Amino acid sequence: MNRTVITVIGKDTVGIIAAVCSYLADNNVNILDITQTTIREYFNMMMIVDINNCNVPFSELRDGLTAVGNSLGLEIKCQKEEIFNQMHRI
Amino acid sequence: MLNLSEVLETNKMIDQEHLDVRTITMGISLLDCSTESVLQTCQNIYDKIVRYASNLVRTGEAISQEYGIPIVNKRISITPAAIVGASCCKTTHDFVKIARTLDRAAHDVGVNFIGGYSATVQKGMTRADELLIRSIPEAMKRTELVCSSVNVGSTKTGINMDAVRLMGDVVKETAEATKDSGSLGCAKLVVFCNAPDDNPFMAGAFHGVSEAEAIINVGVSGPGVVKHVLENLPEGTNFEVLCETIKKTAFKITRVGQLVAQEASRRLGVPFGIIDLSLAPTPAIGDSVADILQAIGLERTGAPGTTAALALLNDQVKKGGVMASSYVGGLSGAFIPVSEDQGMIDAVNAGALTIEKLEAMTCVCSVGLDMIAIPGDTPATTIAGIIADEAAIGMVNQKTTAVRVIPVIGKGVGEVVEFGGLLGHAPIMPVNPFACDTFVNRGGRIPAPIHSFKN
Repeated sequence: MNRTVITVIGKDTVGIIAAVCSYLADNNVNILDITQTTIREYFNMMMIVDINNCNVPFSELRDGLTAVGNSLGLEIKCQKEEIFNQMHRI
Repeated sequence: MLNLSEVLETNKMIDQEHLDVRTITMGISLLDCSTESVLQTCQNIYDKIVRYASNLVRTGEAISQEYGIPIVNKRISITPAAIVGASCCKTTHDFVKIARTLDRAAHDVGVNFIGGYSATVQKGMTRADELLIRSIPEAMKRTELVCSSVNVGSTKTGINMDAVRLMGDVVKETAEATKDSGSLGCAKLVVFCNAPDDNPFMAGAFHGVSEAEAIINVGVSGPGVVKHVLENLPEGTNFEVLCETIKKTAFKITRVGQLVAQEASRRLGVPFGIIDLSLAPTPAIGDSVADILQAIGLERTGAPGTTAALALLNDQVKKGGVMASSYVGGLSGAFIPVSEDQGMIDAVNAGALTIEKLEAMTCVCSVGLDMIAIPGDTPATTIAGIIADEAAIGMVNQKTTAVRVIPVIGKGVGEVVEFGGLLGHAPIMPVNPFACDTFVNRGGRIPAPIHSFKN
């Protein structure tokens, strides 16, 4: 298991989850959990994914997600989960 | 399981509040590089640095990308060069050759700075120590990435006033030698009392002789994060809540540093040394220790209450950070450099902050009078007096203190010097015009204080 957190932030529009999920599926990334809220047209989503069997190196996955984000006017980040666990869990 | 608000909080710290890991510094022992030939010693130094550090920058960048946390600097610290060069360097020019070798190695491995062009002379100077110190102006002129430090005092040994007096001249000569670039050489030269062996921050980093073959030390940062949480507290929040808030924030910041340090250590196959818990500001707006002091309740840094506010800030940062890391060391405290902190610059320009107040502040934080531009015509003896005062504070209070002042040749009070990058810009600050020549010219040592005799 190689858990990675993907965050998507931006103005809500049709097809955000579909676009991100299909990109992940194309690269053989398994989605473990999705949390999502929309506050005043502002879309916030966090996905926890397993990139153990991902087809491409981490840097390529990250750049690909950034490109998906740019095409929809969103900011998409892809970070290894440990940074959040370290900061928020003892 | 993580929740969305925690993830967003971390990313907000990174994106909006300047959270970063300030430096991964690899300490490398060069003790085994000494030979009786300058040429051979330089070759050994170059080979060893490149062998150990060739992957340092690449590894730092990979960690930065995978965790989404900026790692601003990758640096190297080495065994004090006065020791490494002691058996072969017979002139100051020989030592400059070592400096140039360090500079070439640093450029070739791609690090931002290399520290350790240093001498530790708190009790006395060997011939090599003195040669290295006298070579500093030329070394700072002929190199770009080499940082130099000299430890002139300690709580256990007292203050070597001969070295203090000499450093007054060396600072002045370094300013003169680099006057074409705003006396920038002095920004890479720091005079210490109680210098730590494992400091990852420049200009004072060196790899002490008690350290292992190689080690990874990490300096965290995050004044912007602390400032932001304090600004979001309800008005009139009492000290208990204020201190708890700083402590919790320091814990979170330090945990990121611990993660990066462990990961860098694992990937590079070099043991993890320490995390330095310092709050290190940058010239970026909002990434300022002075702004934190203002968020605590001061109109300007330098106002009455500043020393107390800084003392509590420094203490809470340590209390939060200590639990977040397995090994803490280095300087660990709040830095109060003037040129690297826009809030400090503003305070100086507003007339709120003077060198004398900064000196008082150094009693309760790390490290000392840092990145302070002074008039270019300040006498060497006055600079030695400033160094002696800071060293005395360090010696008596059993803490690290330092002086990194820049007598900017050709400029006077009211003018501004521009260094660029992390070093920022600084207004020239007035120095007390009364002389201390008779005092600093006495020669010899100030004995160790009574409370150093603990055996």
